[in-house]
Amino acid sequence: MSEIVRRDPRREWIARNRLHPEHERVLAELGQSAGHGMAATEWMGPNGVIRKNPHAVGFIGPNGIKRIDRSGVQQAAAAGRGASAGSKAADERRQVIIEAPDFLVAVVPDLPGGRLSSHDRDLLGLARQLADADGERPGAVLAVVFGQADVEGYGEAGIDRLLVLEGDDIDGYAPEARLAALTAVDGEFAPRHWLLPDSKLGGADLGRRLAARLGERPAAGVWQVERDATCALGWRCTGRGAAGTSDIQRALPRVVLALAECAEPVSETRHAARPLALSQPLPPLLGRIEDLGQVAVDPAGVALSEAEFILSAGNGVKDWDGFHQAAEVLGATEGASRVAVDDGFMPRHRQVGATGTWVTARVYVAVGISGAIQHLQGIQSCDKVVAINLDPGCDMIKRADLAVIGDSASILAALVEMVQRQREEKRDAA
Amino acid sequence: MRPDAQTTGARNTGAQSTSAQQDGALEVAVLVSVGRHPVTGRARRADQDARGVELALSLAGARISLLHAGALDEESESALRGYLGMGFPALTLVEQLPGADVIPALADRLSAARPQLVIAGERAEQGEGSGMLPYLLAERLGWPLVGGLAAVEKVENGVATLLQALPRGQRRRLQVRLPAIVTVDAAAAAARQSAFGPAQRGEIEAESAAVEWDEAQPEWNVTPARKRPKRLKIVKAASARDRFKAAAAKAEGGSGQVLTDVTPEQGAEAIFKLLKDEGVLR
Repeated sequence: MSEIVRRDPRREWIARNRLHPEHERVLAELGQSAGHGMAATEWMGPNGVIRKNPHAVGFIGPNGIKRIDRSGVQQAAAAGRGASAGSKAADERRQVIIEAPDFLVAVVPDLPGGRLSSHDRDLLGLARQLADADGERPGAVLAVVFGQADVEGYGEAGIDRLLVLEGDDIDGYAPEARLAALTAVDGEFAPRHWLLPDSKLGGADLGRRLAARLGERPAAGVWQVERDATCALGWRCTGRGAAGTSDIQRALPRVVLALAECAEPVSETRHAARPLALSQPLPPLLGRIEDLGQVAVDPAGVALSEAEFILSAGNGVKDWDGFHQAAEVLGATEGASRVAVDDGFMPRHRQVGATGTWVTARVYVAVGISGAIQHLQGIQSCDKVVAINLDPGCDMIKRADLAVIGDSASILAALVEMVQRQREEKRDAA
Repeated sequence: MRPDAQTTGARNTGAQSTSAQQDGALEVAVLVSVGRHPVTGRARRADQDARGVELALSLAGARISLLHAGALDEESESALRGYLGMGFPALTLVEQLPGADVIPALADRLSAARPQLVIAGERAEQGEGSGMLPYLLAERLGWPLVGGLAAVEKVENGVATLLQALPRGQRRRLQVRLPAIVTVDAAAAAARQSAFGPAQRGEIEAESAAVEWDEAQPEWNVTPARKRPKRLKIVKAASARDRFKAAAAKAEGGSGQVLTDVTPEQGAEAIFKLLKDEGVLR
């Protein structure tokens, strides 16, 4: 294009004249950056100077006052109303496809509840670190999962190849069958590294079995991995030893049992998670360990800090018999806010919050708790919070995933009745 | 293959003699190690191994033997007497030098004594403490292994019914064919106190065994545990406004569903549905 700025004096005049009937249209033409139907805020003037229209800047806020957002977030969102902001954020991540990997890094995630845990994601981040270290000859991250083929977000977590092992004999607690499957994977794909979570959920057990079977000396409790060219695999690791009281630094072995937060999870790239399969079916195995299933445990006996489902009472609870009965019927562990404990309705060891116990429940039901900041701290790591309260403006309602405004006693009674009715129906059907 | 701890890392089992097997009693071997007090650093009976001894004592009609592989010196002797004080007349010590790999010696001892059940702690409190010892023994002996036990419910006809501890206080029931190796979880019953008199009267029967050196361990760099760096919250924001918003943000909220003006039944139904979806109702 030519360097000369072409002038159209008539259009300039219209752009200056706010009373001209074509003023808006001309402004829109001048400001090409703005979307259709919107007044332009900036355009190139006749002498190459940027001109601004301050009247077109900003938007009318909720109270009828004009607001100007200098970050440009609102304008961009308003401009591209068709293209949603969510897809834009997803596109920022780089898609990585590794066609011919130089080597494989095998990861066996725990997948508690069929989802990648944060520990699994950290481990996959570590695997990516090992695989991507040499930009010329990248490796691929191979995830070996047991019977969870349809989990969302495998690619986002940094998995290049996905090997799903299925079968009746590897469901439940079947360490021997799983070990046989992993040994078959090792024989076929020969990954350079095996990474497993050093967690009670199964990774610690399976990883040690695998190391013993492969005849490798594993590094347990690894929390740091660094490059070191003098080591055999090119890496050095630091792991906890002696029940967590010492740090052992050594060359990275082939089998690694890593702690949580051993590396940053993958966030900037997306990967293919291309399915792989074993060439031969797994041979049948005579298991010597038989899983008889989970045992029902008394929820009152479970420590508050590790309970999975907590029904917690606060100042709003007046009907304590009804509350205890609800906890029993629902099979929930009982918790309490500080007020309920101070007033003598609940024992001290049931107190949840900064001065009591920090709980990690998956589901936390707060009955009549308004949510003091100390209490909210205590339930920080809970997944789902349900609030039952009379006051719709309290802090617990803001934190809750589901809040029901109403009288706690009658809601709990209705809930108990519903659970009992459903159990009876199930019994009748059976 | 490798020791779990330098000096005492291994736990050992001591099956006393083969004659016991004839009268049908359950032969149980408990591998015990020398622990280390987390604050004072003194040698003591290891917590998990003591729980393993307690588990063995809870078995009716069991013939229990204690086995340890490691060096015998003043410190380890006082620690091992802690186990004797739980009510045992003797403990078998397979003598190994510091820095030796105790697994071959232990495996030989176990395959000779052939106990029905071998109980070990999860990991040693000294040395490498990788928790590999029971796994390597199981691999060598070809016995099944069950980790993280809370209790042994019963042993009948060569099959043991076990209660395994899971995270969050849950339990799983398993059946395993004997002989087997089991490890004890921290959820198992706490060990009884060690009595001073029986501890002093008890006998430590030392046996000599061939020593295999652990080649890899001297190459490692072992330091006292460093505090792990706390993970920082990484904010990936393009503009200063986003960074400020992330820094000043209160606890997440606003996304939750709020039900106002509902009957108790409707509210209860919504809660019931959430509890069902999360799978916490049995």
